[in-house]
Amino acid sequence: MKFLSRLSGERGFWIIIVLILIALAVLGIEKAGLKPISLLEAALLAMTPLALTAVGECINEKAGVINIGLEGILLITAAVGVWGAELFGNGITGLLVGMVTGAFIGFLFGLVSVYGRADQVVAGMGINIFALGFVPYLLMAIWAFPGIHMFRRELMVRPMYTFFGRLSPVTAAAIVFTILAHILLHKTVLGFRIRAAGEKPEAADVAGVRIDRIRILTSTIGGALCGLGGAFLPLAWFGGVTKEMAAGRGFIALACVVFAGLEPLLALAAAFIFGFTEGFGYSVAITPGVKEVIPFYFVNMIPYITTLLVVTLFIGRRRFPAASGQPYSRE
Amino acid sequence: MKLPDVITRARPLFESLVTILIGLIAGALLMIPFGYDPLKAYPALFKGAFGSLSDIMETLAFATPLMLTAVTFAVGVKTGLFNIGAEGQMYLGAIGATAIAGLIPLPPGLHLAVATLFAMLLGALWALPPALLKIWRGVHEVISTIMFNWIATHLSMYIAIYYLAEPGRAERTVPALPSARYPILMEGSTLTAVILVALAFCVGVYIYLWGTKAGYELRLVGENPEAARYAGVDHRRALVLSFAIGGLAAGLAGASQIIGRPPTWSLYATLGNVTTLGFDGIGVALIGRNHPIGGVFAAILYGALQHGGRYMEYHAGVSSELVRAINGLIVIALAVPEVWAIISRRLKR
Repeated sequence: MKFLSRLSGERGFWIIIVLILIALAVLGIEKAGLKPISLLEAALLAMTPLALTAVGECINEKAGVINIGLEGILLITAAVGVWGAELFGNGITGLLVGMVTGAFIGFLFGLVSVYGRADQVVAGMGINIFALGFVPYLLMAIWAFPGIHMFRRELMVRPMYTFFGRLSPVTAAAIVFTILAHILLHKTVLGFRIRAAGEKPEAADVAGVRIDRIRILTSTIGGALCGLGGAFLPLAWFGGVTKEMAAGRGFIALACVVFAGLEPLLALAAAFIFGFTEGFGYSVAITPGVKEVIPFYFVNMIPYITTLLVVTLFIGRRRFPAASGQPYSRE
Repeated sequence: MKLPDVITRARPLFESLVTILIGLIAGALLMIPFGYDPLKAYPALFKGAFGSLSDIMETLAFATPLMLTAVTFAVGVKTGLFNIGAEGQMYLGAIGATAIAGLIPLPPGLHLAVATLFAMLLGALWALPPALLKIWRGVHEVISTIMFNWIATHLSMYIAIYYLAEPGRAERTVPALPSARYPILMEGSTLTAVILVALAFCVGVYIYLWGTKAGYELRLVGENPEAARYAGVDHRRALVLSFAIGGLAAGLAGASQIIGRPPTWSLYATLGNVTTLGFDGIGVALIGRNHPIGGVFAAILYGALQHGGRYMEYHAGVSSELVRAINGLIVIALAVPEVWAIISRRLKR
């Protein structure tokens, strides 16, 4: 019931309102001749990378580490995931390769933030810039083709057929991970230590918590989830990898994290809202009568405009861990 | 002077050079697993960058937009902002320059000036919403500027294809009319007089920040917001100014690639001849220690890597995109203060 009381707060109220509006929109769309099932499928696909990235970052920021390099991690793991899938001839293995790569980058970022006492925002931006160059370099080095690589259809991770349409196993995993993250943060001793590391590192340190290990651990978890989201993009959604694949999703996920006030369950809801608008855009864009009138360029803007609207309207007096972004060391 | 003293005084320069070295070494490590030979690639890169006079001119041509997008980021940092919106503001600048230079005939001289100023104005206008969102609603500029970058990407492609396309050639916009082109400084290179405008802009920003009261207030807001409040500085005005100056710089950077860069004198419909210049500028600004003049030298260095990178791609087969990856690694290295603590401890011993 604790969660319900949290939901009844101001932010939860808005999320419920938006979800009701989405439900109404779906009903209206059915009247207009669009298939709500395909819209829901598109929304869940678009939600998945956002949810994985945002939930990982929630855990990370709870411990006081801010990683704005998620965009870069998504991009790198998308390319590396495809490479892994081709190497092992299996899409699922590709997802794992992406996850391990993301975990490795997160681990390095943790080392740099904790022991290097780095400016986390600058280092995170460094990851993004690195990815902007490294991914096209990788595409040339591995596949000798500039900017894009399409792989064999058999490597795609197949969706599961459920009673309400197709569902990618990664989407199901994202929902499970979200619940696990919630339990981890609120029901376990480790979760208590993670929150202490972000809120009062000095006190936690005195109580015998290894702040350095906690933060490196959360950064690694965050990287792993983000890496799964990155590998999901080509392997379970688009069927190819391009050098602009991440398309701002890392930053939209950051907006989800901020919007959710670092709560994984709310981050999932936020990711669904953003995913819905993106999927809505795709569905509308291919509708006869609409696609002739509205250029596709404007449909492409929908996720970014939505993000701006949401952060503008709903983010007021949010509160963050006291020590977020601050390196910690014993004096 | 003993060695440690020299290091303390020249520390910023020293740090930048060491991080560049770290970046190049890490870049070599990225080449080896893919079967490239760094000992072949790097000499090719440096020969390509500085091998002849025309190569040096070319390096400067690459440096021109970068010193400007570096100013965008640097002015932001001076005001306590992490303004990563140069990319989108630059696209709008490129669109503005293309529209005026390609479609509206004006007398020579005036045409050039109007195209340049309009591009800068559009860049500044695109920078304003993130500033206002930050002031009114506390929206963090990292999120808002990135979103505006992506909106600018699609908007610019739309305008380029629907309104500015050259008839019969879908892949690019109408080229700038000859009356709106900056004169080429040396035959056989793509360096034009736009670099003089860019340098003047950088110097102007430097004078503004360190020589005027408004510039001082801007820096005060960045360095010590509390003190600024006590001194009665309007921090909202400082934020708007900071974003606007950044937008002007980015807009000029976009224009420099259209009306100041042969042989195309136009914008590709994919935006391919301007993409990533804004993000590259972040790395350049950090290497230049977030200083407008430092950024000029860093831009020349990075321009050399970029121009040399093409030569490296041709002669050693290594994709020139690796240079951008190296830039990212340099940024990460610059973010880590402990590196310097360790190095100076070693040297003092």
